[in-house]
Amino acid sequence: MDSLARVASIIEQQHARPGALLPILHEIQDALGCIPPDSVPLIAQGLNLSRAEVHGVISYYAHFRQTPPGRHVVRVCCAEACQSVGGEALAEHARARLAGSDVTLEPVYCLGLCAIGPALQIDETKLHARVTPEKFDALIEAMEAAR
Amino acid sequence: MKPTILVPGDAAALALGAEAVAAVVASEAAQRGMAIELVRNGSRGMFWLEPLVDVVVGGERIAYGPVTAADVPGLFDAGFISGGAHPLRLGPTQQIPYLARQQRVTMRRVGCVDPRSLDDYLANGGGAGLARARAMPAADIVRIVTDSGLRGRGGAAFPTGIKWRTVLDAPAARKYVVCNADEGDSGTFSDRMLLEGDPFGLLEGMAIAGLAVGAAQGYIYVRSEYPHAIAALEAALAQANEWLGSFRIEVRKGAGSYVCGEETAMLESIEGRRGIVRAKPPLPAICGLFGQPTVINNLITLASVPDILARGAGWYRDFGVGRSRGTLPFQLAGNIRYGGLVEVPFGLTLRQLLYDFGGGSRSGRPLRAVQVGGPLGAYLPASQFDTVLDYEAFAALGGVGAGLGHGGIVAFDDTVDMAKQARYAMKFCAIESCGKCTPCRIGSTRGVEVIDRIRGGQHEQIDLLRELCETMTHGSLCAMGSMTPIPVTSALNHFPEDFR
Repeated sequence: MDSLARVASIIEQQHARPGALLPILHEIQDALGCIPPDSVPLIAQGLNLSRAEVHGVISYYAHFRQTPPGRHVVRVCCAEACQSVGGEALAEHARARLAGSDVTLEPVYCLGLCAIGPALQIDETKLHARVTPEKFDALIEAMEAAR
Repeated sequence: MKPTILVPGDAAALALGAEAVAAVVASEAAQRGMAIELVRNGSRGMFWLEPLVDVVVGGERIAYGPVTAADVPGLFDAGFISGGAHPLRLGPTQQIPYLARQQRVTMRRVGCVDPRSLDDYLANGGGAGLARARAMPAADIVRIVTDSGLRGRGGAAFPTGIKWRTVLDAPAARKYVVCNADEGDSGTFSDRMLLEGDPFGLLEGMAIAGLAVGAAQGYIYVRSEYPHAIAALEAALAQANEWLGSFRIEVRKGAGSYVCGEETAMLESIEGRRGIVRAKPPLPAICGLFGQPTVINNLITLASVPDILARGAGWYRDFGVGRSRGTLPFQLAGNIRYGGLVEVPFGLTLRQLLYDFGGGSRSGRPLRAVQVGGPLGAYLPASQFDTVLDYEAFAALGGVGAGLGHGGIVAFDDTVDMAKQARYAMKFCAIESCGKCTPCRIGSTRGVEVIDRIRGGQHEQIDLLRELCETMTHGSLCAMGSMTPIPVTSALNHFPEDFR
């Protein structure tokens, strides 16, 4: 199934739910890695919204992306609890380490791992705690070796 | 009966390697020809001991921790399944002092039960509250909750019973119960732990709320940063349909917006729009989700309800001090040695939490500042560590309008730069502001600029910063803009040397 057909089928299944837009956007992004711009008219039509309204929602929420991410997505927590144990230095180190790589680095404001920071998340579900710059490098190396 | 081994599936335990531990436990047992029951429980919230592995010996839990995958073969050799001696043996789990000194009420099943088993929930005291609620008129349920003194645990501390009464009295064909599980405050993780460790407790609380106000549909709004919590919740819901009767619950996943923890922005988000706050009135209790009367409660509030119904308003009210009744699951976070979940009745001092439970800083340096109540909470200096942890004592603190918030406590040692923390408060507000009102949208960005100038040596700008805070406090539409000045002004008041 090509990606627009996939989008159409997701809309078809979900459009009757009350407040269907966010669940639809999540499902599209989970399936395709992002919400492609050419899916916006389909979503708008399916939910009887304007394209501007759909675009407004996609661009409002940090979680949604309109272009595919890198091969991996690394989210480093930048909130206070992680700051108190070196989170900023870790984020700085991560920026330098991943510059020019095909890994997408994003800030995240709290993963709920506030007693064991600095914390980060790889590809949505893999979590790591008490991450030092050395541990970060080891994680990235392991990630690259696993390809 | 097969021996039971419990390896937490809680996200914090996973971040510390619990998945690998569970895998090696399973493979070692298979290799040794031992039939075991491997349960993925929640966490007890003693994170320096995670992954904390429990075994059941004579009906009692014995803890080992922190266990790495490499420790597992040695644990088998030591006969840990029957409680054998090993350097990682911590003794009976409930007798670990950190736990023994708490009074777990709302969180009492977390870490004890199998969060994927409704039967286990029902066998451990679950369900009694819902059964009682089903046998009583709606107004009686509301009265019991009112009499218990329960107040909203999300941060605003509004009396739950009064909110429910308003929804009950609002005439409408459709009403809703919305659970706020958008736990965005840094330093908080009690919602996450309960979702991952005892999700049925929340479902029961929501079903009781539904009976109390006449709602048949509930929504749980969980942040997208908590994928493990969402999975645990979905698994619980799949089992709970029949037990919940005609009350339907749907999980809605957030999308990375802090302000969606504000109740009206959350309603907008569930309805499929940008998370822009609504002007109040009308209150959501009168005109909430899809324009209908809606109870919106924090997850911990709702999960506290089943026991209140089962054991009575007086039982719950007997915990706590003054007008802060019951218990609060405090969360010790940041630069703290023994970080974790501490559920105690209101009335302890901050110092007791930080030192008696927390053991001081993780770095070994003196604690200099503590932020209580998330990104919108005050920074407290050591001279205020003797403040009693109840809603009123915190509201009275230094006139900055501080709160206990959701019970998150983030510790900083003496390397912290408080001007930088004040800048971050403004920066966070600039990132997360929904943009509806000017004081928040523009004020936060101007705040970052002014603090940058102060840090650059223009100290006369401190007056301007205070004026800006004043404007944001009184001119913003919701707590995002009106409370961002709290961390800023508390940093200015208590740590002026950092702004020089």
